Order: sequence, then structure tokens, then C-alpha cells
Amino acid sequence: MSKIKVVHYINQFFANIGGEEMAHVPAEIRVGEKIGPGLALAQAFGEEAEIVATVICGDSYFNENLDKAKAEILEMIKSQNPDIVVAGPAFNAGRYGVACGTVCEMVQEELGIPTVTGMYAENPGADMFKNKVYTCPTKNSAAGMRDAVKKMAPLALKLAKGEPIGASCEDGYMPNGTRVNLFEKERGSKRAVKMLLKKLAGKPFETEFPMPTFDRVEPAAAVKDLSKATIALCTSGGIVPKGNPDHIESSNATRYGEYDITGVMDLTEDTYETAHGGYDPVYANEDADRVLPVDVLREMESKGIIGKLHNKFYTTVGNGTAVKSARAFADEYAQKLLADGVDAVIMTST
Amino acid sequence: MVKGIEATGLPVVHLCTVTPISMTVGANRIVPTIAIPHPLGNPALDKDEEYALRYKLVEKGLQALATPVDGQTIFE
Amino acid sequence: MKLEMGHIFINDIQFGEVSKIENGVLYVAEEAVREIVLEDEKIKSVSFDIARPGESVRITPVKDVIEPRCKVEGKGGIFPGVIAKVDTVGSGKTYALKGMAVVTAGKIVGFQEGIIDMTGLGAQYTPFSKLNNFVMVCEPVDGIKPHDYEKAVRLAGFRVACYLGELSRDLTPDETKVYETYGIMEGKEKYPDLPRVAYVQMLQSQGLLHDTYVYGVDAKKIVPTIMHPTEVMDGAIVSGNCVSACDKNPTYVHLNNPVVHDLFEEHGKTINFVCHIITNENVYLADKMRSSDWTAKLCRFLDLDAVIVSQEGFGNPDTDLIMNTKKIEAEGVKTVIITDEYAGRDGKSQSLADSDPSADAVVTGGNANQLITLPKLDKVIGTLDYVNVIAGASDHTLQEDGSLVVELQVLTGATNETGFNLLSAR
Repeated sequence: MSKIKVVHYINQFFANIGGEEMAHVPAEIRVGEKIGPGLALAQAFGEEAEIVATVICGDSYFNENLDKAKAEILEMIKSQNPDIVVAGPAFNAGRYGVACGTVCEMVQEELGIPTVTGMYAENPGADMFKNKVYTCPTKNSAAGMRDAVKKMAPLALKLAKGEPIGASCEDGYMPNGTRVNLFEKERGSKRAVKMLLKKLAGKPFETEFPMPTFDRVEPAAAVKDLSKATIALCTSGGIVPKGNPDHIESSNATRYGEYDITGVMDLTEDTYETAHGGYDPVYANEDADRVLPVDVLREMESKGIIGKLHNKFYTTVGNGTAVKSARAFADEYAQKLLADGVDAVIMTST
Repeated sequence: MVKGIEATGLPVVHLCTVTPISMTVGANRIVPTIAIPHPLGNPALDKDEEYALRYKLVEKGLQALATPVDGQTIFE
Repeated sequence: MKLEMGHIFINDIQFGEVSKIENGVLYVAEEAVREIVLEDEKIKSVSFDIARPGESVRITPVKDVIEPRCKVEGKGGIFPGVIAKVDTVGSGKTYALKGMAVVTAGKIVGFQEGIIDMTGLGAQYTPFSKLNNFVMVCEPVDGIKPHDYEKAVRLAGFRVACYLGELSRDLTPDETKVYETYGIMEGKEKYPDLPRVAYVQMLQSQGLLHDTYVYGVDAKKIVPTIMHPTEVMDGAIVSGNCVSACDKNPTYVHLNNPVVHDLFEEHGKTINFVCHIITNENVYLADKMRSSDWTAKLCRFLDLDAVIVSQEGFGNPDTDLIMNTKKIEAEGVKTVIITDEYAGRDGKSQSLADSDPSADAVVTGGNANQLITLPKLDKVIGTLDYVNVIAGASDHTLQEDGSLVVELQVLTGATNETGFNLLSAR
């Protein structure tokens, strides 16, 4: 039997082209090459499969030129006529994760070729695509490469060969909304007792059936009269006073910033910058209003379009920050906003 | 983040570029913006043009805040 | 309350001149058991057969599975209020014939009985394929109503089980286990530092032919109440239902309730197993509200720290399950629930009819809609007349080569919701 043909999709970073400053590079295909994570994948595939080409695309290019990038990448992959497409692993890189999911979904739908990707559970791409594309859970950084490949490679081989896929916990992918039966080692009652003991002890436990969560918040009522409203600005784009006085981490941040903008009419290159480590900071550093539009809101305030711009803004770094801590930050500063008489919030994200 | 704020009853508008993520995280009022590194700007434009662009986006955000919605809504 | 369980291992069943147990073999005198079955004038005839693990045998339509037991010492008798007189059971000494069961079969409702395969793929899913089964197929008198037929077969099965159980009265058990729980204050003094845990068991009570009996009382007429966990070991709860075979609790499961046994394993070590709370799954909303209010009330009343809740059946009982869980959690009592799923043949549908975030610890018995192909087996005990119509089958079930394409649903006990099996899903 001939070897299974694999096309591997990665971003500019894992292709060693560069970091955020190179995220604009367009899609390209390198036939006959395996690059970066592809080397580890190829090793795991052994004699069974071979990476026939690697498709590389900058994360910003992909997300900002979505239709064009997709069309280009589809053609590249199609030209290789692979048996399986592997994308990533993207770990906790949000845009990369979304790109991996998008590419996989497109390949499945347009070409009918199976796909596998891998990323960290809290990568936004996971929530968006795990139900459509087999997505292996990985650690939140490239340090977890070996572990990721260990899951992705065997699953890719199984899919390529058209073998039946077991339950998520057996074949190492994220639960994808498709329930698959399996035989456990212990009977259900024993598993229930063990789960109960963990729950009693306050230890982490894993439910066998996560209740479908409709984790939605009811939309708040609209602002009645903007001209009398106090509007607050918040951002996950990491805008901070120059020098980042509170040392907010550039990734997976553990704190948020609260900064007074009384009398600040415009954010300038000399006064503000971004602490965010996940996107190209040049533009935000040149003019932070591009992320946090203080200048515009000041004008609207003076014109009476809004009642007032709240004198404090709240800032976090969305990059790889655990969903739970992001939520905790928001819960905390929302109370402050409420106490300060704010009527509505503009949240900007990069 | 947006959910945490909205849970207190304050309306929030989310200005962001990758709107599907915003949908997944549960924002109710969403306004699509320009690009990831500069959601409310465009370095390719003149200062004045860029400011006007930003003004428009913020204006759209304010309109979203003043508009009652039933569920997740993208204000194009 | 303390119960000593003596286990008599049965390695084989054979027909014989005289009913007896000898060297692990149960000999059954056919005429003697026929007489016992035909005591009920509603049963016209009965045929007996034996199905052993690994044999190419399919038993269908299966109604109930019963483990023979004998009350050797202590108050009351097996199946109180049903076979024995009403008396509180669960103390003293009881013998059980392990490794075997009495299986009742008959075309009662046709579509709501199950299949037990003794070999092949189906045998991996039904736990009763591992037992030596003494099968009785009962034919009713003409013109009988289904619920009279059901009752006649149900009671005949218990009578035969008790008759066979009695054969062990003078034997020496191969193995003995002791189960003991305490009064509320006594237990607290004995295990002052252990978390207080109970078992909340939901009993199928959705109406005619969907019933469970507690000391002979129809469970839909009870309000939630408290039992010693050993009471079920003497047959305090019996099955009277004809419902999807995979997740109803045959009497065998009540007698050997795995949650009761596995909580006893931890009793006095990591938990104080306080009691067994039973509740029902009625069809009226007011009943559902009242019963779930009461289970939550009892949990609080008993100062419990945690409970395991098990379900029986599916569909609207999912709502009972969620109501119980929500209300018990709201009393500050932690829950783990056991259910099964109807996620569709492709596994993509919503598994349960109801859900709530408080149900954050769930054990599942698997997706009952999963399709499997059961091979043609050499022998059928009962009849295949109904295989195309039983729940989980379809017009296309019976294949040309004699194999059956069915959902797991049709296999008795396959997705049991007391955690009887290894099957799960993700």
C-alpha cells in the first residue's frame, strides 16, 4: 500500500518566518517540505504516512483577507490531492487556532478530505470548530508539542484510513457534540462513587456528560438618551500608560489595569502603548486611539452627543488569558463601573 | 469579559475584528472593526481620514448601545 | 440494621428428577416449577429452558430477570408485600444464588420487552449474558388484558425464584458479606468525621405497565421515603414494568443494586452511608414537583453532604432527574447523577430532554440509540415475532441472513442507569 499523503498547515511563526511583525505574509505552499511541527508529525507517522507539502499563511493575512486566503489555500491543498490535512497545533494562539479550524472545515466541506487540528481548550478556535473538526486538546504553549503530536498523529492516521473513531477520551480529541459509546474499566456505580468522593473533597472531577450550557447573558436594556449617558471605555487590547506601570503580562495576564484619563484628550505615542503580546504592537504604539478611541469620544462629549466619557478606563490583555480569569476581571471592574454611575460600556478587542 | 459586564445590567458594545469569536464568547451587541492590530484605525489613511473612520465606528457603537436587541446582534 | 448475605455459587443449571443444589449445580424438577407457575389461572401454559453463557441462544421477549434468594434468619421473607407477608426486611441472614437468574419471557406488550443474547456482540452489552439463566416463557389464557398478563408473569417469576432460593436454606454459603447501617444519631457518633451520603433512587412509575412496587405498593402512589440500604437485598423493591429494555431495572438490579453495594464499599472508610431514599417518576407535573421537593427536603432533613441520584427510563423522567438534582443541590447537598442518553443513531442529538448547570457530575450508561448488528443465533427461546417492533428496532431489523440490526435499547439492561455496566459515552 502506498503511503498516506498528508498536507500540513502552519502559520508564519511555526514556519520560522517571524512573529507578529510577519503575520501579514500571504499564503504559500512548499511542496515536498516538512517544517517545524511537521518534523515531529512526520516522525510520529513513521512509514505509514508522509507530509507531501506544507501550507504556510500569516495569521493576520488569513484573518484579514479571509475569502482570498481561503481560496488560495484551498487551491494549494487541492493540488496535492492529500488523504488527510493536519493543521497546527495552534496551542493558545487565538488567530492561528481560528485559521486552523477554518482551513480544516473548508477542506472537509469543499474537498471531502478528513482533517485534524490541535489547540488549547481555551483557544477561541476550539469553541468555534471543535464540533466540526477533530480537535486535539493541547497545552497552552509550544512546550506541549510532543504531547500534541502524540494525539494528533494517530488520529490523523485513523481518519485517513477511514477507521471508526472511538470516543473523545479514547482517541484524544475534544468532545465534539457527537456522543460515542465506550466500555470503561469500572462500572457506572463505582465511577459515580469515585466522582462523588472527589466532589465532596472539592477536588477536580470530570463529568461524563457535560450539561449543554447556554452560557448567554441577556442583553442589557438599551441606553435611552446617549446625550445624558456616561460611557466607559474598556479594552482587551492591553492599552496602558507608557512604561506599563502595573506590569500587566503580555500573555495569560493575571491582572487588569485601571487608569484615570481625566483631562486626557488624545492618546499619543509618548503617553500610551500596548502591553498585548499577541498582535503587532506598532500601530497601537503609534496611536493608541486606534485601539482605545479616547480622542473621538472626547469630541462627542464636547458636542453633547454623549453625556460624559467616564474618567477611568479598564484594560486587559486578551492574549492567551484564561477565560476564567478574564471573566473574574470583568466581574470585578463591572462592579466598579456600576458604582461609579456608568450607563454603558464600549469594549474594544484586537 | 463582555458577559461579565453585561451580567451587571450595563449594556456593552463589543468593537472587534474577529466577530465569530465575539459571537462565541457571547457578546450581544457587536460592531465589526478594521483589523486586528488597529481595530479603530487604518495607518494607510491620512490622519484626518483615519479619525473620520474611527468616529464613524464609535458612532455605530453608540447607536448599537441605544438600540434594544433580543439576542446576539452584529451591527454591520 | 445489619444483614448477612450468604452467596451460593451456581455454575450450571440442569433439569432433574428432584430440585436441589449440589456441587454448585442447580437441578430443577420441571414439573414442580410448572405447578408453581400454573397456580395462577391466568397462565395457560409455560415452557422452561436453560441458557448458559456463551451458548448460541437468544432470549426474547424478556420481561424480568430475578435472582433467587432465601431468607434464612430475621424478620420477613423475600419480596415482602408481594410473595412474603408484609414485614420490614433487611436484617438477619439471607442467601442468594449467585451466577444465575430466573428470566421471565412472554409477549406481554410485545414492543416493550427486551433481548438477552448469550453470545456475540449483544452479549457484550447485556449484563445478563454472564448468568446461567433459567427461562420461563408464559402463555396467557385467551382474551387476557395486557396488565393482567403482566401481573401474572411478574408474580410467577417471583414464585419460581423463591422456590429455587429455598433450595439453598440448609447449604453453607461459599462467601459471606455483612452490610450494616445505623440510626441517625448512632451513625453520627460512630463516624463523626465522615461525610454523610445517601442514595436517591428514582423508580419507574409512569403508569400502567410502567410500574415498580415497594413492599407491594405501587411506587406512583408513594411520596419519597427512607429505607435502610439492606432492605432491597431482600426484595423490598421489585420491577413491574414493560418499558425500553435497556434502562429499566429488572428485579435482579434492585436486589443487587450496584449503587447500594458500591456505597457500602466506602461505608465507614470515606463516607457514612446514611440511607436509601426512594422517589418516583410520575406523569403529572404536580407529582414531579412534590416528589422532587420531598427528596430535597429529606436530604436536608438528614443533614446529608452528598447523594448519588439514579434514574430509570428516559424522556420525561429526565425532568424528574433534573428537578431532583437542582433542588438537592440548592439545599447545599452535592450530587452525582447516573443516567443514560438518547443522542440519536449518529450521536449528535441532545442526549437528555432537560438540563441544568447544577448537574455538573454525571455518569452515563451510554447512548441507547447506538445501532448494532446482532448475529443470527442457533436457538431462540421465546419468539422472534416481535423483533421488528420492540423499542429500538424497526421494519428493517430482521435481515435476510437472520441477523438483527437494532439500537442498544433492545438489549435488557444495556444502558442501565444504576451504573450496573461498564458502558459509558463521551
